[in-house]
Amino acid sequence: MTTPGDSGARETWPLWEVFIRSSRGLSHVHAGSLHAPDETMAVRNARDLYTRRAEGVSIWVVRASDITTSDPDAKGEFFESPQGKEFRHASYYSESESVPHL
Amino acid sequence: MNHSNHVKSTAITAESIADSSVVASDAVARYALGLGDDALVLAHRLGEWITNAPELEEDVALGNIGLDLLGHARSLLTYAGTAWDRSEDDLAYFRDESEFRSRQLFELPNGDFAQTIARQLVSSTYFVELYRALSLSRDATLAAIAAKAFKEVSYHLDHSTQWLQRLGLGTEYSRERMQSGLTVVWPFVAELFSADPAADALDAVGFDGIAVGVESLRPAFDALVPRLIVAAGLTVPELPAARGGGRVGIHSEALGPMLAEMQVLARAHPGATW
Repeated sequence: MTTPGDSGARETWPLWEVFIRSSRGLSHVHAGSLHAPDETMAVRNARDLYTRRAEGVSIWVVRASDITTSDPDAKGEFFESPQGKEFRHASYYSESESVPHL
Repeated sequence: MNHSNHVKSTAITAESIADSSVVASDAVARYALGLGDDALVLAHRLGEWITNAPELEEDVALGNIGLDLLGHARSLLTYAGTAWDRSEDDLAYFRDESEFRSRQLFELPNGDFAQTIARQLVSSTYFVELYRALSLSRDATLAAIAAKAFKEVSYHLDHSTQWLQRLGLGTEYSRERMQSGLTVVWPFVAELFSADPAADALDAVGFDGIAVGVESLRPAFDALVPRLIVAAGLTVPELPAARGGGRVGIHSEALGPMLAEMQVLARAHPGATW
């Protein structure tokens, strides 16, 4: 609890990113983030915050500082190259009738 | 500890009990009332943490635990009320302090976070053993309520165990406060495992197999909780028991003000819905 005169300066818990798998066979999907003192409590906090309405059957947590991301300022170099290269989509190929289970 | 396979999943709710034609006998109702009051009083105490916990995430964790307990209270009080044609709200909001049958541990003020964790550790261990046994009750409604509650209180025990370890093995300061929390709650442990007059009445009138004799749960508590405390680098308190008497309406000075806050709205606006 904060008290009057408290400067508010204190150690805060690290940030964790939470991934929830909604049912067997599906992938874990990013659900949000939370604070927790360690990974064990992060899983429990995730259970309380993100699975209260039966959203999941499995939880992953990752310390946010352990995630390496692409550079938001480098969208051009990173993501615009595929434009105009629709041939990369498999839809350009016709299905062979002799291959039954594609 | 290894009988969890006996606990069946049954989604019983206060509403399904109220809508059913099941009617508790007076003796069963008095027993359910005590259990319901335990859950209700502790649920209210945990609700007091919301916006006050050390971190937002713990507001939610303690709030969730409180809501689980409120669910148990609603089912138990609804079932008790079937004997006397009273609703869960009648029983929760329109009885006075001396009519509450909760054991005194649950009304203890929250204290600091460590003291609440100490109360949760003791409470959750007690509830785990109680509901494990009660899920085998010959009374089908009590058994179903207990089976649902068992899984929830098992999680509550995990929560308090995790925090006991972290506070006990954390800093010198957190260790000191965790030890102080245990010291505050320990005198109230004995009452939890002392005879329940309502349960005894059930046995006396041939209802054996319905209520749980809480004395029989003490060995499981003694096998677990002192070990957890020592593993967290703390000392098991050796203190005389408080006088007890919650099951016959004797309470500490803490319950009255708590009930005043809990009941004021329902009494000012009887029957109000929102």
